[in-house]
Amino acid sequence: MRRGDKGSAARENVAAPAPSAARRSATFLAAAVAVALLAFLAARSVGNDYVFFAGYVVLQYIVLATAWNILGGYTGYVNFGTAAFFAAGAYSSVVLHKLVPLPLVVHILVGGLVSGLIGLGVGYLTLRLRGVFFSIATLAMAVVMQTLITNWEFVGGSRGTYVIRPAAVPIVGDYIQYLFLVMALLAALAVWVARQIEGSRLGYGFATIRDDEVAAEASGVPTLRLKLIATTVSGAFMGMAGAPYPYYVTYLDPASGFNLAYAVNSIAMPLVGGTATWAGPVIGAILLGSIQQLATVTISSALNLLLVGVILVGFVIAAPNGIMGLLQKRRP
Amino acid sequence: MAALLEVRDLSKRFGGFVALEGIDLDVNQGERLGLIGPNGSGKSTLVNCLCGTLRNETGNVHFDGLAMDGLSAHRRARLGLARSFQLPRPFPSLSIADNLRIPLLYVVGARPGGGLGEAALEARAGELLAMVGLADKARRLPGDLTQIEMRKLELARAMAGEPKLLIADEAMAGLSPTEVDDILALLAQLNEAGVTIILIEHIMRAVMNFSERLVVLVAGHKIADGKPEDVIRNAAVVEAYLGQ
Ligand SMILES: Nc1ncnc2c1ncn2[C@@H]1O[C@H](COP(=O)(O)OP(=O)(O)OP(=O)(O)O)[C@@H](O)[C@H]1O
Ligand SMILES: [Mg+2]
Repeated sequence: MRRGDKGSAARENVAAPAPSAARRSATFLAAAVAVALLAFLAARSVGNDYVFFAGYVVLQYIVLATAWNILGGYTGYVNFGTAAFFAAGAYSSVVLHKLVPLPLVVHILVGGLVSGLIGLGVGYLTLRLRGVFFSIATLAMAVVMQTLITNWEFVGGSRGTYVIRPAAVPIVGDYIQYLFLVMALLAALAVWVARQIEGSRLGYGFATIRDDEVAAEASGVPTLRLKLIATTVSGAFMGMAGAPYPYYVTYLDPASGFNLAYAVNSIAMPLVGGTATWAGPVIGAILLGSIQQLATVTISSALNLLLVGVILVGFVIAAPNGIMGLLQKRRP
Repeated sequence: MAALLEVRDLSKRFGGFVALEGIDLDVNQGERLGLIGPNGSGKSTLVNCLCGTLRNETGNVHFDGLAMDGLSAHRRARLGLARSFQLPRPFPSLSIADNLRIPLLYVVGARPGGGLGEAALEARAGELLAMVGLADKARRLPGDLTQIEMRKLELARAMAGEPKLLIADEAMAGLSPTEVDDILALLAQLNEAGVTIILIEHIMRAVMNFSERLVVLVAGHKIADGKPEDVIRNAAVVEAYLGQ
């Protein structure tokens, strides 16, 4: 993500990462993609479409939790508005679908662009807000956006809109399998980006924002610019996660696009997994995502948020640094 | 030759409270300036205004020939203005060595040709920690340090940016006499190397030993500025200190 810091990279002559670091990062990306492909093959071997429907949701949460953590975990700014970024991606897809349906990958890029710009805007408007004030502002932004979408007839307004998905895709086969594969690859990309940020100059800058912004500025960290980078990258990935969603549900209305579950889960998953590293949100998303999918088939989806809430409270009390924190404490 | 730091008519208020009023101050390249004053006289507030942490309402600051007005704190740091915080403000989630990595990445690394590779970053952080006697704590977190060690970390982090002007805001409070001497020696060594230093201290022995010039603030006003031995005999200064 060094490239995200574009202006400064040119002006400030950032040292290139050591070749070994570059190689490690390439290896990580290759491994992440391999895991995504393996997950796809494994789901295929089950031979039941339900696996793809359930797996897609878990993968989508890996992207959302990872995106949330780039802002919330790395810089400490708690975003309550995940649903708005997600919905912005989903609705840009609807608009594209109605105007000029393009390949899914293009929809994802457009969704990422739209939500990234919203992230940039939110960052600009809330630069001077800290702590809970920032969080409330993101919540307000989500409410405003939902109201706008609800009153926008072109995308179906409050009634919602149907999105007919293609039946199949060449090579991959059934469209739900294709959606699963795309989301798995997107998850690999998001996790790779998060990991890239961690050990980089940008990641250290983010950590100082979380720790002490006044001291960070005194140590040369351009805190405002870094915050904008974080809100933009985080928003962009949330939008990318949302872009394929209309094709997954085939019927999108504001209630599902702006569902509270996105905000709650994208916060709970990193907290349960651990916010310090890329692995935390992944573990949290797989764990909480799977539990909710299980609960949905065995009991009812109505209990999902309650379940997440109970688990979250348990972790906040017993393991405030999440699962990763527990694992690290074990090791001397 | 123009002074390295030029402060003109600087004032700062907190609500209705006047913390600084009409401060004029010149600091020359290579100088060792002592800044003293009773508690609450505005010393730290002045540092905050000079470094961009706080915005002064009136007056202006020139540093190294450039107007600082409106510049953010990180820009000033990159231009060579460094300060330690009176109440240490380490980055608690980063190791001691990584605390120093920040100015190395963002101050030194932001200057043309200043980018350091991983090995150089490690080496430089180790060097700085050795200078303040924290070499064996490199992998620890700031939470493991004593208050005194944290002051040393503050100083090391300020030095890490290779500043032109270093402002040490009570870096020595609570240190033992030998530790005070160590820090003084360190500051003197930096000064030898060309770094201009403003030392804010209550320990008079340290200030008198170190300073070539002494400035006294009382209740937000500069009441004296001159040779240390003259300044401490100045009637107004004596009164301000005895009057407490
Ligand atoms: N952020 C702030 N808001 C309101 N008042 C402040 C603020 N910072 C400082 N003050 C007040 O301004 C005055 C000057 O404080 P300052 O910290 O600059 O004094 P000082 O000379 O550094 O004192 P000390 O020797 O105790 O460090 C004090 O009365 C203090 O209470
Ligand atoms: Mg002070």
